[in-house]
Amino acid sequence: MSGTGAEAITRLPAAELAQLLAAGELSSVEATRAHLDRIAQVDDVVNAFLHVSDHALDVAADVDARRAAGEQLGPLAGVPLAIKDVLVTSDMPTTAGSRILEGWLPPYDATVVQKIRAADLVPLGKTNMDEFAMGSTTENSAYGPTRNPWDLDRIPGGSGGGSAACLAAFEAPLALGSDTGGSIREPAHLTGTVGVKPTYGGVSRYGVIALASSLDQIGPCARTVLDAALLHDVIAGHDPHDSTSLGEAWPSFAELARSSADASALQGLRVGVVRELSGEGIDPGVRQRFTETLELLAAHGAEIVEVSMPHVEYAVAAYYLILPAEASSNLARYDSVRFGLRADVTGTVEDVMSATREAGFGDEVKRRVILGTYALSAGYYDAYYGKAQKVRTLIQRDFAAAFEQAEVLVSPTAPMTAYPLGTTTHDPLAQYLNDITTIPVNLAGIPGMSVPVGLSPEDGLPVGLHLMAPARQDARLYRAGAAVEALVREHRGAPLLDAVPDLAAAIQAWQEVAR
Amino acid sequence: MPESTADRAAAITPDLVAHLAGLARIALSGEEVERLTVQLGQILDNVAKVSEVATEDVPPTSHPIPLQNVFRADAVADVLTQEQALSGAPDAESGRFRVRAILGEEQ
Repeated sequence: MSGTGAEAITRLPAAELAQLLAAGELSSVEATRAHLDRIAQVDDVVNAFLHVSDHALDVAADVDARRAAGEQLGPLAGVPLAIKDVLVTSDMPTTAGSRILEGWLPPYDATVVQKIRAADLVPLGKTNMDEFAMGSTTENSAYGPTRNPWDLDRIPGGSGGGSAACLAAFEAPLALGSDTGGSIREPAHLTGTVGVKPTYGGVSRYGVIALASSLDQIGPCARTVLDAALLHDVIAGHDPHDSTSLGEAWPSFAELARSSADASALQGLRVGVVRELSGEGIDPGVRQRFTETLELLAAHGAEIVEVSMPHVEYAVAAYYLILPAEASSNLARYDSVRFGLRADVTGTVEDVMSATREAGFGDEVKRRVILGTYALSAGYYDAYYGKAQKVRTLIQRDFAAAFEQAEVLVSPTAPMTAYPLGTTTHDPLAQYLNDITTIPVNLAGIPGMSVPVGLSPEDGLPVGLHLMAPARQDARLYRAGAAVEALVREHRGAPLLDAVPDLAAAIQAWQEVAR
Repeated sequence: MPESTADRAAAITPDLVAHLAGLARIALSGEEVERLTVQLGQILDNVAKVSEVATEDVPPTSHPIPLQNVFRADAVADVLTQEQALSGAPDAESGRFRVRAILGEEQ
């Protein structure tokens, strides 16, 4: 390839890396080393990784050897990727960002991890996250916050801040994320990257450290829509180990992304703007880019209609009853007996368990577990959890009505751009509102995607367009998303991430100030 | 169930938080109990709005995409070995999880 410098390798989208690998113009060892070097160069400050694999180069060498021997390999064979630390890996410690699992080496691989290994992707390491995915800034990680490569003093979003930041920092071309209320999409918005939350049940959750079982979903994080589609193709599909897994035969999302990467794919597309998620409460700079994107879509033949979803204003309230309730149950497994931390205190097994959870859980986890315990307690169940489940029905009905008027729905992915670290650390309620636009999708189980559409004129930070499709219609996201991406690229003259500041220089400046 | 917002907030007392922490097996400090009492009251004030629209005639949704009869053959498959199952345990002995006393002195 031309300009084979390590830096140039890390800038390549996964699809182009894969082509070079398949053509023998680049080895997986070279590609993997370039990314490991980049991690070594920038991650002390970015803190996207909680663990870097010590055998990624061996995995890469094995892929290279098998390719050289003529073995037929998958489309992403040899491409490095990062794995959110919510997925259990038998060869790398798994913590979910919590002190209670510090140093835990799981005895098995999550199904999606098995799938990416079988597809010969090269795991680089485990990415930082809010503890047990509770948060939207990654500041709730027990291992320190991740910093946004666009501005090192700002949040990358969360809970998957590490999986988004590593892409914008060119430490990995692909990452796996999990999305319970927006943890893939909101960080994608804040870092100028692409994130997809598939239909509930579309991707296996076996081996995913559970937060809220009726909401959690695994999905791809990438720098382009095509790259996300390529990874989605690898991880999608039924898994007998996950009883919520759908038996769907999914189309190739990569083929759809390739064939739709052109404004002509927008001709006649009915796009519904969700009024309640697109006006009040959205920062002016975000709203401006959102409105301009709609104008661009309309100019290329999309039919823009406004839809109303009157119950989405109740979504955050319902979510903060359903999620804590389910989390309080799921997190009961951290009992100081089977894995993880055990506090060194005397007394009964219950005393040890209570002391362990006091020492091992952070503030937000304690807050939600106790809130969930309350919401599920006798006498309050009907008033809180039961009513929240009814709101869920109302939101599903709102979506059903809206999808009668439009093929895809849109809103800004989040109401704000990346804000300074520390802004909401002492105000949990304020932070809960970061996910106001993404939460309804999880409550309804439908798929959603964030695609970067520009930089806010107020602060020069990334803004994403949130696309939503009916359950099982993930394909629509890739069609519309690829077209939007192509249009924005044409409009701007370059991919959005070309505008990310020189990270090495930014780190040097940041370290001088910190000193 | 208390009806007004003021009653609901008043319902969250330090004693209730301490009781919930006991149920959740988290040994909170006194300072944490005080802080959580205020925060949980505020959060519950905000989430209580679900009552405005969750009327009798609306059925609850527990699962976004319901599946029925998800069965598998009743055959042993894909199990962890005893060694694997114990590999992450803080303490184990003779192939079993080892714990502190199950009963306190007064029990």
